[in-house]
Amino acid sequence: MSIEVRNISKSFGAFKALDNVSLDLPSGELIALLGPSGCGKTTLLRIIAGLEYADQGTVILSGQDASNKHVRDRHVGFVFQHYALFRHMTVFENVAFGLRVKPRAARPPEKEIRAKVRRLLELVQLDWLADRFPAQLSGGQRQRIALARALAVEPQVLLLDEPFGALDAKVRKELRRWLRRLHDELHISSVFVTHDQEEALEVADRVVLMNKGRIEQIGSPREIYNEPATSFAYGFIGTVNEFRGRVEGGYVRVGNDLLPHGRTDLSDGSAVVAFARPHETEIIKGEIGEGVEAKVNRILTNGAVTRVELIANGDAREGRKDYFEVEVTPDDLAALSLATGERVRIRSKRLSLFGENV
Amino acid sequence: MAYAHARRVLPGFGLSLGFTLAYLSLIVLIPLSAVFIKSAGMGWQAFLDAATGPRVVASYKLSFGTSLLAAAINVVFGLLLAWGLVRYTFPGKKLVDALIDLPFALPTAVAGIALTAIYAKNGWVGQLFEPFGIKIAFTPIGILIALIFIGLPFIVRTVQPILEDLDAEFEEAAASLGATRLQTFRRVVFPTLLPALLTGFALAFARAVGEYGSVIFIAGNIPFVSEITPLMIITKLEQYDYEGATAVASVMLIVSFLLLLVINGLQAWTSRRTGREA
Repeated sequence: MSIEVRNISKSFGAFKALDNVSLDLPSGELIALLGPSGCGKTTLLRIIAGLEYADQGTVILSGQDASNKHVRDRHVGFVFQHYALFRHMTVFENVAFGLRVKPRAARPPEKEIRAKVRRLLELVQLDWLADRFPAQLSGGQRQRIALARALAVEPQVLLLDEPFGALDAKVRKELRRWLRRLHDELHISSVFVTHDQEEALEVADRVVLMNKGRIEQIGSPREIYNEPATSFAYGFIGTVNEFRGRVEGGYVRVGNDLLPHGRTDLSDGSAVVAFARPHETEIIKGEIGEGVEAKVNRILTNGAVTRVELIANGDAREGRKDYFEVEVTPDDLAALSLATGERVRIRSKRLSLFGENV
Repeated sequence: MAYAHARRVLPGFGLSLGFTLAYLSLIVLIPLSAVFIKSAGMGWQAFLDAATGPRVVASYKLSFGTSLLAAAINVVFGLLLAWGLVRYTFPGKKLVDALIDLPFALPTAVAGIALTAIYAKNGWVGQLFEPFGIKIAFTPIGILIALIFIGLPFIVRTVQPILEDLDAEFEEAAASLGATRLQTFRRVVFPTLLPALLTGFALAFARAVGEYGSVIFIAGNIPFVSEITPLMIITKLEQYDYEGATAVASVMLIVSFLLLLVINGLQAWTSRRTGREA
């Protein structure tokens, strides 16, 4: 089922949770709504589900306007961060709930309900827990049961609100691999909310990046990572070095230092934010009149590449980040022969610039 | 050797168990056993005569019947009250919340007089029912009203915290699975509240059975019609029939204890099912 969201706005008192958001999600994909907390991603998900109503705008499910439909009639499966399993029911009854509350005419016979619940429990690999109560399960098991319960009513779309948010790191990783596999089997249109970029980039077909009630960028994980469209997207995804300054010819002036940017379309004096990934940043030694000065803080050699952490010079501290990170290959590291506490300069061949106000 | 057994993380098990038992004995068991010891001295036949006289039996029926009914009515309306207080905000909510506890604070005799004044034939409420031939004060209906009055806080105060803990997520989950409001309440909300409701029921019932002050004013105390068991005990005491009084009291104690045991059993069973104890 396709999901279309048109010009949705929603405020809670003076706080604008969603500001004229439009979104077009094609059928059958696994989509991540990614953003920092308070960016409106959960509100958007709840509006799509019908658990919350927008102040303005429409939600269109499978081509039909669903804005005024009750959550009951939208045929969406919703999975909550804290599972919301019914405590007084066994796992089996939890999964069967959606089938048992159907109107008498549409309710399948008991035998069919049993068979279907069994099938779903096998699908989430927890059929051996059918007679337990939710309180007797681990967090990961509960979330899988919550998913089976949502799938029991054969929803046209599956909505998951921070589904792995309450789980520890290891279970999280397992479950997100499992969710991906499940989606590849069922091909049900799914949207999940997360604030964990790694999770979004690893699991989703498509990532919707949100900030302050607006959509910053929509794209495949590769696009989101490699071609950030806005300064927010650049700063939010992955590790990044950030420099703030003003354009001066072919350079950006950062404090007393000059950083070459290699672009020709910038007017002198405009305030910019420049970003570079650690692997696109290089360390240079000696007086060559360019690069931002920094002090080597730590050299971390616990991987294939060495990561060098540097503390920004006083002047560069006007930028928000106090630390820089540079990835150096073993050969370069040998050539540089860095020592902790040494003053060096860093620059980037692939600097991305954004106007301060953009 | 002493190390070999009883290595517990929580210290003081022996001490706390001992204290619990000693305290319970001193405050509850010893006074109550005096009732049985006193009545045991009178012989089986005399006991039966005192405890099963027709007037006394009528009072048992009235006392336990109205107490159970009052507790049941309180469960329904106490739940509604608690629901309103927890789920909605309205001006004066804090005040209403404080009002709930008033039946706890008021001397019961005051409550009895106030209720009688209102529900008597010429009282504010009583006169509305008078034309239909319904008398409230000085009938079992009056007793019921007094018992509802004193039992209400028990239900509200036991259900309220559970309702507050009940996340809206459960209802949202039920709705997203296609349940109607009624189905959501019946299958999700109510079972979750059931243990608390039973606890509240047991408390309200226990209080109602033992209630004296507020009831005797409004009951009218007509033999076979509106005499409650506590009144029978007092009557016997006033006639210096101490043994008779303790005989009636011990019947009351046993029945109350059995009923409370059943309710607590039910309560434990339902909370096990909600996975709280597991």
